[in-house]
Amino acid sequence: MSQVSASPRKKLVVLGNGMAAGRVLDELFARAPDLYEITVFGAEPRVNYDRIMLSPVLAGDKQFDDIIIHDDAWYAQHNIDLRRGETVVAIDRAARNVRTQSGMVEPYDELIIATGSRPILLPIPGAELPGVVTFRDLDDVNAMLTAAKGGGNAVVIGGGLLGLEAAAGLALNGMKTTVIHLMPTLMERQLDPNAAYLLQKAIEKRGIEVLTGANTNAILGDSKVTAVRLQDGRTLPADLVVMAVGIRPNTALAKDAGLEVKRGLVVDDFLMTNDEHIYAVGECVEHRGQCYGLVAPLYDMAKTLGAKLAGEQASGYAGSSTSTKLKVTGVDLFSAGDFAEGEDEIVLRDPSRGVYKRVVLRDNRIIGAVLYGDTGDGPWYFDLLKKSTDIASMRDMLIFGQAYQGGGAPMDPAAAVAALSDDVEICGCNGVCKGTITKAITAKGLTTIDDVRSQTKASSSCGQCTSKVEALLKFTLGDAYSASGRKPMCKCTDLTHEEVRGFILSKELKSVPAVMQELGWKTSCGCPSCRPALNYYLLCAWPGDYRDDPQSRFINERAHANIQKDGTFSVVPRMWGGLTTPDELRAIADVAERFHVKTVKVTGGQRIDLLGIKKEDLPAVWAQLSAAGMVSGQAYAKGLRTVKTCVGSEWCRFGTQDSTGLGVKLEHFLCGSWTPAKVKLAVSGCPRNCAEATVKDIGVICVESGYDIHIAGAAGLHVRATDLLGHVATEEEAIEYVAAVLQLYREQAAYLERIWKWAEKTGLEKIRAAIMDDHEGRRALLERFKKSQHAVRKDPWAERAAGQELHEFMPLAVLNTVKPLVPAE
Amino acid sequence: MQHSKDFWFDIGPLHAIPQRGARTVKTPRREIAVFRTASDEVFALENRCPHKGGPLSDGIVHGRKVACPLHNWIINLEDGEATGADKGCARSFPVKIENGRVYLDMGVAAAP
Repeated sequence: MSQVSASPRKKLVVLGNGMAAGRVLDELFARAPDLYEITVFGAEPRVNYDRIMLSPVLAGDKQFDDIIIHDDAWYAQHNIDLRRGETVVAIDRAARNVRTQSGMVEPYDELIIATGSRPILLPIPGAELPGVVTFRDLDDVNAMLTAAKGGGNAVVIGGGLLGLEAAAGLALNGMKTTVIHLMPTLMERQLDPNAAYLLQKAIEKRGIEVLTGANTNAILGDSKVTAVRLQDGRTLPADLVVMAVGIRPNTALAKDAGLEVKRGLVVDDFLMTNDEHIYAVGECVEHRGQCYGLVAPLYDMAKTLGAKLAGEQASGYAGSSTSTKLKVTGVDLFSAGDFAEGEDEIVLRDPSRGVYKRVVLRDNRIIGAVLYGDTGDGPWYFDLLKKSTDIASMRDMLIFGQAYQGGGAPMDPAAAVAALSDDVEICGCNGVCKGTITKAITAKGLTTIDDVRSQTKASSSCGQCTSKVEALLKFTLGDAYSASGRKPMCKCTDLTHEEVRGFILSKELKSVPAVMQELGWKTSCGCPSCRPALNYYLLCAWPGDYRDDPQSRFINERAHANIQKDGTFSVVPRMWGGLTTPDELRAIADVAERFHVKTVKVTGGQRIDLLGIKKEDLPAVWAQLSAAGMVSGQAYAKGLRTVKTCVGSEWCRFGTQDSTGLGVKLEHFLCGSWTPAKVKLAVSGCPRNCAEATVKDIGVICVESGYDIHIAGAAGLHVRATDLLGHVATEEEAIEYVAAVLQLYREQAAYLERIWKWAEKTGLEKIRAAIMDDHEGRRALLERFKKSQHAVRKDPWAERAAGQELHEFMPLAVLNTVKPLVPAE
Repeated sequence: MQHSKDFWFDIGPLHAIPQRGARTVKTPRREIAVFRTASDEVFALENRCPHKGGPLSDGIVHGRKVACPLHNWIINLEDGEATGADKGCARSFPVKIENGRVYLDMGVAAAP
C-alpha cells in the first residue's frame, strides 16, 4: 500500500499511544495519509484502546477486544512503527531526537507529546503496599479482577467518576466494597447536592457502603494491604485498595526537556509548545490555563493538531465545554457546564422515579445542566449550552426535554402537562404529584388554584408550579374551568399580584432580587410594570427593614415632583387640610418669581401647583420652600395626596363638627404613607358635603352624633359614589378607623388598584367586618400603620434640599466648549 | 461634512450612574442620556423619546431597555429603536467604559 516517494518524508515521532495520539493520527491520515514517516512509542505493551471503556471491562460487560480502537492491521496499513512497551526517557531538542530506556535514539522532524496523565497517589503511609492499585489502564483492571476472584473487602478512595465506576465494578465482581470520599457529597465537581444525594442512594442500593466527609489517614498491612485507617480512627478491613482521587498531567519528560510546564504542558491554540517542532495533545496539556480529563476536549484538540500537521490553515483550538456521564449500569447521570448556586434555574423532580433535572440559565442561555435518572435530553441540553442558544421562547417547556419542543413552536403547556404520568412531581416544594392533584380536583370538586393549594399544598410554597397546576385544572375540568379573575402580574411571572404579596410574607422575601429569584421570575431584572409593584409590596411588608429601590420607582416618585409633557416638573407643597398662611403664600410667590415659574395654579385638592420647573432647580426650589416651613405635598405619589375640607363648625352656620381640624389631623397622621395607588380624602362638616367627600377614596361626613366614614368613591376616569362603612362617635375614633381601613387597603390591594376597585373586589361586608366589628383586628391594623409611618416621617424635599440623591437632579457632565473637531485640510 | 470618530471624552466614573439608571450629559448640540444596566453595561442615546420627546434618562431601565416616562414607549438601549408596535428611533452614540470611567465619543456626539 505504501509508496516510496522520491523526496524523503518528514519524520513524525509520537510519545504515547493513548486515545489522544490515536485520534491525532486519524485526523492526520484523513487529510494527508502519506505526509510523514511515523514512529509511536507506547508505554503499555498493547495497541491503542478506549480507556474510558475500562469500567465496562471491569464490570464484565465488555472484553478487551471490544474496546480496541486501532488494531495491529491499522498500524501496518499506515506504516506506523509502533514501539509498544518502550518508554522514552529524554528529548534532545537541539539535536531533535528522543532516547528510549534501552538507549535507542530516534530522530524527529516533528514531535508530539501525548503522555496523558498519571493517577494521583495519596502521600500516606502504606500507599506503596501490594494490593493498592489505581484505575488507569488495563493492567489496573486486571489487577482488580484478580483480587476480586478471592472475594473479600475492597476500599475505593475517591467518590468521583472513576472511583464510583471502580466500586460498582468491584461490587459486581463479588467484593464487599466501601467508597471513602473526602467531600460531603459524591462527585461534587460534576453534581449538585440534590443529584449527589440520589446518586449516593443508588450506589448504596448496590450494597456499596459510602462514607462521605471521610479522610484517609493510612493504609495498613505488612507484606500486603490489610486495612484502611481513617482520620477519625475507624479502621476498614481491605484486601484491595483502589486509589481514585484524581489525575495529574504527565509532564516529567517535557519538563526535563526544558519545555514550559505549569499545571500541564503549556500549548497555544495550535497545540504547539514553546518549541516550534514539538506539539502536545490530550490530558498532559494545559491550554489557556485549563487541563482536561475527559474525552471530548481531547478529540477537539486532535482535530486541530491533525489539520495543522497536514499543513492546513486550521482554525485554532478554543477550549472545550465538557459534559460527564457516569458509566455504571442502572445509574443514569449527566452533567455539563456550571451549576453554581444563586443562578437562574429550572428544576424538575420526580422522587418516585428517582428523577432530578436541573438546567441552569444565565441571560436565557443554558450554562449548566445536571440530570439524574433520565438523561435522554443531556446531549440536547449540552448542544444548546455549547451553541449558547437563546432559550427564551422554549423556556416553559425546556425542562420537559426536546420531545416537547415540537416543530419550533412550543407545545401547549396544557398538552405537555397532560402528557405527564400520574407519578410525576408537579410541586417540588411539597412533593405533590400530578395524580394527587387531579384526584383531588375530581374527588373534592376543586375549581380554583386556591382550592388546589389548600387541599393538596401544591403551588403553596414557591409558586413556580402555578402554571402547571393551572394547566392541570384546565386539563381535568375542561371547559368547566374558567381562569376568570386570575391575571398574572406581568409577563415576567405567572403569579398574580395577590399571590406574590402572599409569598413575600410567607417566604420572608425582603428584596426585589429575592422575590425574582425565589418566585422564578422569567426576566433578569423585571419590567417597568412589576418593579414598582414589587418595590411597594416589599416596602409595605417590611417597613423599616426594606431598603427602597429608587430605580424601581416611576420618575415622579424618584424626583418627588410631577413630570410634565416637556420634561419639566411641577411642585406642590402641602397645605394641611387646605389651610395656608400669608407667610406661606409669600414664600410660594418668591419661589415662583425667582425660578420664573410660568404657571401658578390652584389644584382640585386645595393647594397650589408651580408648573414648569427644571429638574436641576428642584432641590433649590425645595430648599426655599423648606425654609418657610413647607413640606412635600406628595402630589406625585402613589400615596396620600390631600385631605380636602370645608370650614366646618368653626365658621359655617351648618357645620356640625370641626371638619377642618379633623382634616388637618388626618393629613398629619397619614401623610408620607405609600399606598397601592393615590389616595385622596375629604372631610365635610355636614351632610351638605361641600368637600365632596362622597367621591373620595375615603370620605368623612360630620353629623350631629359624630362621624360617618365612607370609602370607595371615585371621580376620575371612573365615577362612583362612596359606600358608607360605618359611624363613629368621636374624632379620635374617626382617625383610628380611617387609618385602619387605609392600612387594610395597603396590605391587600394590587399595585395601582384604587380603593374603590379593591373594595369591589373584596366586598364591602368583609371590609366592614374587619374595621367596624373586629376591634382587635382594627387596633392591630392601626399599630401596623403607625409602624410603617415611622419609616417615612422625614420630608423628602428637605432631605434632597440638603443634598441627598443629588445625582438624580444633576447632569453627569456638562460639555460646553468643544473645539472644532475637523483638522485643517 | 465628515466628522472623524474617536474623540473620547471622560464624562465621569461609572459608579456615578445608578445601576438600572441613567444620567444626562449636556453638550452644545444636544442632551445625551447615558444609561447603566444591571450588568454594568453603558449605552448613550439622545435624551429625547422618538414619540413626543420625553426625557429617556428619567425612565425605568430594565434589561437593555428603557421605558419613556411620558407614555411608556419601550426604547432599546442598544440602537435607540422603539420596540413592539411603536416605530421610531432615538439616536445612539458611542460610549465605553475604561478603568471604571465612562467615555463618550464627542466626535459623534457633537456632529449634527
